[in-house]
Amino acid sequence: MHNGPKIVAFACNWCSYAGADLAGVSRIQYPPSTRVIRVMCSGRVSPMFILEAFRSGADGVLVTGCHPGDCHYISGNQKAERNVEMAHSLIRLLGIEPRRLRLAWISAGEGARFAQVIREFTEEVRELGANPLLGSITSQEEGVTVS
Amino acid sequence: MNYQPIVQRTRAYLCLDCGKCTSVCPLARVDLDYSPRRIVERVVHGEAEAVIADPQLWSCMTCGLCSARCPSNVDFTRFIVEMRAAAFESGERGIYAHNGILQEVMRIQTLNVQQRRTEWLDEDRAAGKLQVADPDAEGAGDVFYFVGCLPFFDVIFQDLQIEALEIARNAVRLMNRIGISPIVSDAERCCGADLLLAGDVESFRRLAELNVEAIKASGASKVVFTCAECYNAFKTDYPAYVGPLPFETAHLTELLADEIEAGGLSFEDRGESQVVTYHDPCRMARYLKVHEPPRTALAAVPGLELVEMEDNRERAMCCGSTAWVNCSGCSKLIQREKLHQARQTGARVMLTTCPKCQIHLSCASRDLDEEQKVKVGDVATWLGQALG
Repeated sequence: MHNGPKIVAFACNWCSYAGADLAGVSRIQYPPSTRVIRVMCSGRVSPMFILEAFRSGADGVLVTGCHPGDCHYISGNQKAERNVEMAHSLIRLLGIEPRRLRLAWISAGEGARFAQVIREFTEEVRELGANPLLGSITSQEEGVTVS
Repeated sequence: MNYQPIVQRTRAYLCLDCGKCTSVCPLARVDLDYSPRRIVERVVHGEAEAVIADPQLWSCMTCGLCSARCPSNVDFTRFIVEMRAAAFESGERGIYAHNGILQEVMRIQTLNVQQRRTEWLDEDRAAGKLQVADPDAEGAGDVFYFVGCLPFFDVIFQDLQIEALEIARNAVRLMNRIGISPIVSDAERCCGADLLLAGDVESFRRLAELNVEAIKASGASKVVFTCAECYNAFKTDYPAYVGPLPFETAHLTELLADEIEAGGLSFEDRGESQVVTYHDPCRMARYLKVHEPPRTALAAVPGLELVEMEDNRERAMCCGSTAWVNCSGCSKLIQREKLHQARQTGARVMLTTCPKCQIHLSCASRDLDEEQKVKVGDVATWLGQALG
């Protein structure tokens, strides 16, 4: 059983998921911290998915898609960029460190890059520690615990 | 499941089948398949399971026009809320608008969040433009300003240019002007009303408990709102679900109207004239019956002419969508009708006291022709900017 951080990684069908596949068939080693969720396009990843991942206990969320200009659906990754930006602002307001959310462009040929991104991000999330939402609630002012 | 308690509590068994509810329902006018009368009839006659599974259960805006007209005094809005709670328990959901982002933001706040929701204040506070009480100080102040979802709306609805945080800034400015330095706290959470209306009673109850706890801990004796939904949640739903509140509640416009009548607040005469109309949010118009304070406050602005829409006060039309569920083409038709009513008055500006009404109507106005467009704003923003 892996005890490190839990990371949810959204990967687009056309580039990043294939990149993850390539990392696998090339037998590149990377930490078993990641649960990959395949989506048809990174543009499909609504801020709601990201928030739900954090609410469900993810320590970090990674959104990956085709490089700018290479999107299979022409502009889906631009949409992903806007969505991730919105999610960044929202998690910041909610007191989740924005560094727990990362957007990365990974093409189908970049298996080594996929493994590298996972290694770096896992390390970063490990430093940040466990998802703050999971602790028991103490009031910010008085230290009152509400059961 | 036994639905009789819901029928009993909401007096649905008294339904005469007269159909007044359906004839005034703004949704039934644009969605011919929708009928509040039929929904009640089906539940009373033992077809509750079918109603629970019917997607139309989530279409009601809970605007309360039906309950206001019902000769038997059936509480239809409560009936809908309780049926939705039952439906939610059996796994049914409405169609979440905006991809469910708002529901997630609300649910996350039931967890151990250390929010940064008061950052909008930092700059103005440091520059001495806005005075707020330090929530950590002993006996910080008597008044707690409940900001609500405005910091989140500012992010989510950026493209509508509703300037959500301007409402909060101007509310603090107005309070400062009448001698109040309110407590604004990071410990505040969403009021949860939209989760209750979407059937998620447990999350609502949790948020209510946490809010009451946070306000109690701040030592405030009065909570002031700029959002009609938050105000109604505290005034109507919190006592029903978590017990009586240990503090008073008031809408900002109620404070201002009192102060204006006492001669303690006036606005600058800029020699400009402006025609505006006021949209009564359902919560203010029919739930809490607060009609005059926003009008009194607006009337005190020199050069501002307030004109009324055909349907105003208790009869005001809904903004077309509630609880961030089932926003549809029908919502759009209702919103267009509302904007049309506003344009008929000759005003090009419609002010309201509910940021969600502002969001919904701004969204609908965006698609209209230039002559039909209406600028939808908030009373607090408008009044704050009219201060000298």
